Amino acid sequence: MTTINQIDAPPQIPLGLAKRGYSGVIHHLAADKASSALSAIELESRLIELGFVEGAKVEVLHEGIVGRDPIAVRIENVTVAVRRREAMAVIVV
Amino acid sequence: MHLALVGTPNSGKTSLFNALTGSRQKVANYPGVTVERKEGFFVTPLGRQVSVVDLPGTYSLRGRSPDEEITRDFVLGRATGESLPDLVLCVADSTNLRLTIRLVLELKRTGRPLMLVLNMFDIATRRGVTVDVARLSEMLGIPVVTSIAVRKGGTSDLLRKTDEIATQAPIQPKQNLWQPLSVAELRATQRDADRIIAATISLPARPDTWTARIDAVVLHPVAGLAILGLVLFIMFQAVFAWAQPLMQLLSLAFAALGQLVHDTLPAGLLQSFLQNGVISGVGSVIVFLPQIIIIFLFILLLEDFGYMARAAFLMDRIMGGAGLHGRAFIPLLSSFACAIPGIMATRVIDNRRDRLTTILIAPLMTCSARIPVYTLIISAFIPAEQLGGWVDLRGLVMFGLYAAGITSALAVSFLIKFFMLRDYAPAPFMLELPDYKMPRPRSIAIGVYTRAKMFLQRAGTTIFSMMVLIWFLASFPTPPAGVEDPAINYSLAAMIGKTLAPLFAPLGFNWQIVVALIPGMAAREVAVAALGTVYAIEGGKEAAEQIGQVLATKWSLATALSLLAWYIFAPQCASTLAVIRRETGSSKWMVLTFAYMFVLAYAASLATYDVAVALGAG
Repeated sequence: MTTINQIDAPPQIPLGLAKRGYSGVIHHLAADKASSALSAIELESRLIELGFVEGAKVEVLHEGIVGRDPIAVRIENVTVAVRRREAMAVIVV
Repeated sequence: MHLALVGTPNSGKTSLFNALTGSRQKVANYPGVTVERKEGFFVTPLGRQVSVVDLPGTYSLRGRSPDEEITRDFVLGRATGESLPDLVLCVADSTNLRLTIRLVLELKRTGRPLMLVLNMFDIATRRGVTVDVARLSEMLGIPVVTSIAVRKGGTSDLLRKTDEIATQAPIQPKQNLWQPLSVAELRATQRDADRIIAATISLPARPDTWTARIDAVVLHPVAGLAILGLVLFIMFQAVFAWAQPLMQLLSLAFAALGQLVHDTLPAGLLQSFLQNGVISGVGSVIVFLPQIIIIFLFILLLEDFGYMARAAFLMDRIMGGAGLHGRAFIPLLSSFACAIPGIMATRVIDNRRDRLTTILIAPLMTCSARIPVYTLIISAFIPAEQLGGWVDLRGLVMFGLYAAGITSALAVSFLIKFFMLRDYAPAPFMLELPDYKMPRPRSIAIGVYTRAKMFLQRAGTTIFSMMVLIWFLASFPTPPAGVEDPAINYSLAAMIGKTLAPLFAPLGFNWQIVVALIPGMAAREVAVAALGTVYAIEGGKEAAEQIGQVLATKWSLATALSLLAWYIFAPQCASTLAVIRRETGSSKWMVLTFAYMFVLAYAASLATYDVAVALGAG
């Protein structure tokens, strides 16, 4: 990744910080950045099994009641509920 | 021919299983583990006998939980005592193929003959999803059929293709090349899947609008919780009010049967055994079948509709505050019907600590076995009044008892989190929220039937033997000749009851209650039948018909309330304890559960009785 790209690219944020109504595309997974109870490998595997792979379109549809957590994420054609803590591992643009 | 059904959760696997096999199902456990093994049978159009096993839902073959390990081992032929399936059917929800196609690619590596079943194909068509089935089959390299499990003849393609595959015999299974996938391989298979989908499936521009509209309300922070509360409230009103006419009918039928036996047989031990032991005992349990059917009907309807996952979403953080996982909601809700399936359902929680906490509090959820006890006491002591013209007072008390159970469960879970499992690390909550689907009546009917059968089998075996034991305890030894007292005063039951009575006297329990509590610990609902037996034999034959009326004359209101409080916590039935031991793999948790519930029950009853007496209800 070059410096030029970083300047031109829209800001990358973890999905865990996205507000309701946010929509974007998955840039990469950073499982070691999330403070999940799972190991980074396990978390990454589970995210992939639920369809969180690079290039997939995501949209935050709903937020939970307490602390706006968990979130319901539309990923391509599937809706998945995930806690923000784990969603921190999904970097979106 | 042996088939195995594999699929992701919510793929409609179970409804396809029900459509294929109808009620020809056998439910058991896999050896050594308590994962439910569902096998069914059917005959293909060419007359081939087929057995099919419904394997636990999974997204991959990694085996993250005991359920998923079963699926993996079964497909790989590693499961103990199971033969390799001749054909693996991978079931997919046609509206949602992305995750299933990845699973198919992983399944292909096992070398088993494989067929993809595009289930709910009608819904997909209606929503504007088009699938190039021939191309999909070509790209995946396996046969692909469509099916509509809910429609008559909707599985004919599947049956025809199965015959075709079987006729091409012998099927040459390829070598098993499957190994646990690395993260990179997982990612690669999902990319392959996405490539295949792009080439064969076109999705509508807009997602299912109905699901979006319903979710806008159901997952709304305020409206969502209100709806959840309303759903539960209606459920319990229904259990109480709708079941009543049927229950009265059953109760009358058993009374008539008892009377018939009484009139036919000469007076004596056999007559007493049949009428007071067998008929009134089993009858007073079977009479609650309508309520059990209603509660399972609600649970299955909500599950089929897709609401259960939403409830877990809404409850996740609220339950999380009490140290519970959002997924614990489903096992706990199932525990309202019976703690045993509830505790077994905790297998959806893969973190051991989350699972242990859920198992420990599951028996606090008001299981249907308590309903007979609650109903009996409420009907006898609480007037049938309407509050504000529409709220049934008895229903309200019932609701209160359920609420007390839930509140205490949350409190106990909170205490466990703080004092027992200090190194607790919350496991991730990740759950697919499936699109809403109209519940499938036939599938629901089969589900309710299977569970009602399970209940009756319990009523027919465990409870029946308890009733015979109770009748024996209450009838022997026979009183000396010429005494005026009721015969039961001389029985073994009275001796046990009177010995233990001082321990329970502070709770306002008389010895008859204590006698009923003993078999009540073996299975809660037995307590009702036991009270019936104890009072029927004590008061003569005419008393057996109206246990409630008898109780109203024998107990004070304080005693009745105290017994209600006791049953919120009542140390659970032996079967629940056995399941806890089996599921946790140690007696430690079983003993702990029994002890804490006994202490809670005693304290709650003591407090209730003292307060009630102080208020003049003694």
